[in-house]
Amino acid sequence: MEQLQLKDYLRETNLIHTRLIALAVILALLVLVLAIRIWYLQVYSFDRFEVLSKDNRVRLVPVPPVRGQIFDRNGKVLAENIPVFTLEILPDDVKDMDALLDRIAQIIQVSPNEIRKFKAQVRARPDFEAQVLKLNLSEEEVARFVVNQHRFVGAQVQARLQRNYPYGGDLVHVLGYVGRINQRELEQIDRKAYKGTEYIGKLGVEAKYEEHLLGEVGFEQVETNAHGQRVRTLDRNAPVSGDDIYLNIDAELQVKAREFLGDRRGSIVAIEPETGGVLAFVSNPVYDPNKFVNGIDHLSYNALRDDINRPLLNRALNGRYAPGSTIKGIVSLAGLENGWAKHSNVVCPGFYKLKGSSHRYRCWNRSGHGNISMIESVMKSCDVFFYQLANTLGIDKLNQMFARFGLGQRTGIDLLGEPSGLNPSKEWKKRVRGQPWYPGETLITGIGQGYTLVTPLQLSAMTAVLANRGKRIEPRLVNRMVHVTSGRAVKSNISTAGAVLSNVDASQNDFDVVVESMRKVVENPRGTAYNSGLNAQYSIAGKTGTAQVVSIAQGAEYDASKLTDFQKDHALFVGFAPIDKPKIAVSVIIENGGSGSSAAAPVARQVMDSYLLDKTLETTTPADSLTQGSDSDTNDTVAHSSSAI
Amino acid sequence: MFKLKIDWPLSFCLLILCVVSLLILWSAGGENPRIIISQAVRMGVAFFVMLLLAQVRPDTWFRWSPYIFSVGLVMLVLVLLIGYTGKGATRWLNLGFMRFQPSELMKLAVPMMVAWVITRKTLPPNFLALFQAGLVLLVPAVLILKQPDLGTTIMIMMSGVLIIFLAGFSWKSIAGLAAVSAIAAPIMYQFLHSYQQRRIQTLFDPWSDPLGAGYHSIQSMIAIGSGGAQGKGWLEGSQSQLEFIPERHTDFIFSVFSEEFGFIGVLMLFTLYVIITARGLYIAYYTKDTFSRLLAGSLSMTFFFYVFVNVGMVSGLLPVVGVPLPLISYGGTSMVTLMAGFGVLMSIHHHRSLMSR
Repeated sequence: MEQLQLKDYLRETNLIHTRLIALAVILALLVLVLAIRIWYLQVYSFDRFEVLSKDNRVRLVPVPPVRGQIFDRNGKVLAENIPVFTLEILPDDVKDMDALLDRIAQIIQVSPNEIRKFKAQVRARPDFEAQVLKLNLSEEEVARFVVNQHRFVGAQVQARLQRNYPYGGDLVHVLGYVGRINQRELEQIDRKAYKGTEYIGKLGVEAKYEEHLLGEVGFEQVETNAHGQRVRTLDRNAPVSGDDIYLNIDAELQVKAREFLGDRRGSIVAIEPETGGVLAFVSNPVYDPNKFVNGIDHLSYNALRDDINRPLLNRALNGRYAPGSTIKGIVSLAGLENGWAKHSNVVCPGFYKLKGSSHRYRCWNRSGHGNISMIESVMKSCDVFFYQLANTLGIDKLNQMFARFGLGQRTGIDLLGEPSGLNPSKEWKKRVRGQPWYPGETLITGIGQGYTLVTPLQLSAMTAVLANRGKRIEPRLVNRMVHVTSGRAVKSNISTAGAVLSNVDASQNDFDVVVESMRKVVENPRGTAYNSGLNAQYSIAGKTGTAQVVSIAQGAEYDASKLTDFQKDHALFVGFAPIDKPKIAVSVIIENGGSGSSAAAPVARQVMDSYLLDKTLETTTPADSLTQGSDSDTNDTVAHSSSAI
Repeated sequence: MFKLKIDWPLSFCLLILCVVSLLILWSAGGENPRIIISQAVRMGVAFFVMLLLAQVRPDTWFRWSPYIFSVGLVMLVLVLLIGYTGKGATRWLNLGFMRFQPSELMKLAVPMMVAWVITRKTLPPNFLALFQAGLVLLVPAVLILKQPDLGTTIMIMMSGVLIIFLAGFSWKSIAGLAAVSAIAAPIMYQFLHSYQQRRIQTLFDPWSDPLGAGYHSIQSMIAIGSGGAQGKGWLEGSQSQLEFIPERHTDFIFSVFSEEFGFIGVLMLFTLYVIITARGLYIAYYTKDTFSRLLAGSLSMTFFFYVFVNVGMVSGLLPVVGVPLPLISYGGTSMVTLMAGFGVLMSIHHHRSLMSR
């Protein structure tokens, strides 16, 4: 038994020893398998995994540039970037969103609309991106939030830069505004350049100079963890701020000019003739651009859109009006070039008749001016003289002269969407209306009625050419841009001077005659703008105009009291000063303002005083008391009615 | 006079592993001293348990095997009835003062019991002994699988299978079983939990779903691969420091280790594990009685299987089953069990010449 047990034991020992050795071999094989696998990953595939590991953690984050600021010619800030406080929530850090929103609502007023917007954002974006709950927190709200911060894990107050227009509506038709980039714009812009930028210029200078104001986006190389949270910054390529823009606009003049209009609809465009720089560019009424920056609500927008006074319309740029008698200066110039002289006489019996027609083209003065010269005709705005002159010149010569002063063409101002207006011709009528040109249409074109349509800007530019005695320059809102190169603080000016367009090639003698006649408009007691020129400390050349809005039947009288406000005549005035060395050329249009001499000319005088003198003359009296209805130069012969737009 | 029975080579290697564990946990745990302290405390407890068990005579294990096994089995049944559920698995018994995981006890009890069943007859085991051994092995395995705990089930099965292998299960039968399991594997696959099935699917092609089921596997492989030959340096592993690696202080700690210490570090770690395992096999080889031989061989080789399965799963060789890297991964129970196993090994070694039946 003992022997058997020993024999069994030896056999078992051998067996187990064999198996243990087999296990040792298996152990060696398993280690080899693992070692080969790890070698394959760490040595053989190292390059591939190293790249993958880097891609995992390194992200390129855009750093948006600061938008360029806009200043007026005296360095006053017109568009700036101000820090505003926003309440933002990082969904990743919030356990119970509804509870958090409830707690926040207890100390900061949050509208259901804001909550709905916020929740939509949270659904659409990854949880590690903070979303805005409320914009523009007041300092009091910020203080209340910060004190209670511990109760709002996941929510924080952030300061960010937001566009602000300190002058509000006063400059809205010049600057336009920025707004959030919309879907249509997103498809057009270079998305790389707008990485991290939320706003884009929508209108005005903000839109026209978008690429300069925008700046260049910078990038930060950041290390992020598996949850997408930033751990540290590895590298930084600083953004380049947008160019600062200095306008030719004189903000003080702009504000005052709008005050002169009061609540009347209309526009004022003032240009520095020598440079083409736009000093004032007023369209009234206005609206507040600051409301558009973060998106205006539908109710407010609809109210603006449906306002009968049309505040959204930029009249100075887009308003199209019959020039009325303001055109008579350059019609005279056409006469002078075609054998007429300053003393050429016409007899004005109060009306004009074409040969073989019984139709009476009336002068505004029913009793007639009698025997009247060219100079006097401009001064008194005699219509009959200009009927006769236009008739002898013909539409072709009128059309050419208008074209030489830029009518019917874009002025080339640095704004988007400028209309060309209308300078009618035989070809134009044939093409558009399919009708021949009638002689009667030539007559009324000669007094600025009929088909002719001009913008306030074109009128102002036309006046600047007269002031320059021929030199025609593109009007410019922007004077210069200042580019700040990042880091080195190198400032370089980018010139934006308007191009000198073709000179109006007329003799200086002829210009002198026209200017003399326009001077008499203001200086001669019988001139239509005499009241507006009283006590001026400088010399003014100007021309009044009154454009009819509704047509008056043959033989009927124009009676302002019978017309509604929107049917009254538009009042116009163009002029420049001082005559010898012109510093300002102005066009004023007051919609349904009545007559040019009573409504528009006094405003032009105030604008000139404001710009040329240190302060507005306090003696300047309101327009109504100055005019006694003596100079209503309405052309009531016009069959075609014109209105703004 | 009391003489401390301890195996110095084994203890030395285990101590080095513990130091490595604390180093890598400092990095993987986000330099959190609490993790280090609690792990160090566990190590102390584990070393104490090891030394305690090393003093026990090995024949005690033989005599107690049926009782330890029976208690373990009862507790496994209780777990399924009244067990504590955490993280979707019911693995614990609430003892009032602590939670106890009976499957850990079975990691030792099952190989003991299988060895006990087999050594009652002479080796190699006959069919009846094999049947009994299979029963002793499968009953707890099924109970643990139902918790569910696939990782522990596999390791317990492995420890029992190793005993049977060491006892002389014929090569022919091994070949036959291998053939049968090759056929049975696809059928077994149907019985796995859907999350386990997904793990197996993504094993074969983790890149097919890089942000979903394959994410953990891919991030782990990126960590290992980007470590290169020399590693990114201690505390410098971007994959681990930036939290791309899942479970980085427990099951996936090997990824952290290889990212920061590279292939050279990995080879040194493997060497340490091989020395420990080889020492265990050496102890088994020079032990005199059959029960101790079987037990020692099984315990040593099971220890290495932990390493193999864990490294295999984090490096994309094997499916992701919850098996920790022995003595390195953060966590208490499995460390105490493993060290208890080494205690048993030491007791066997020190009584090698005393024992003869």
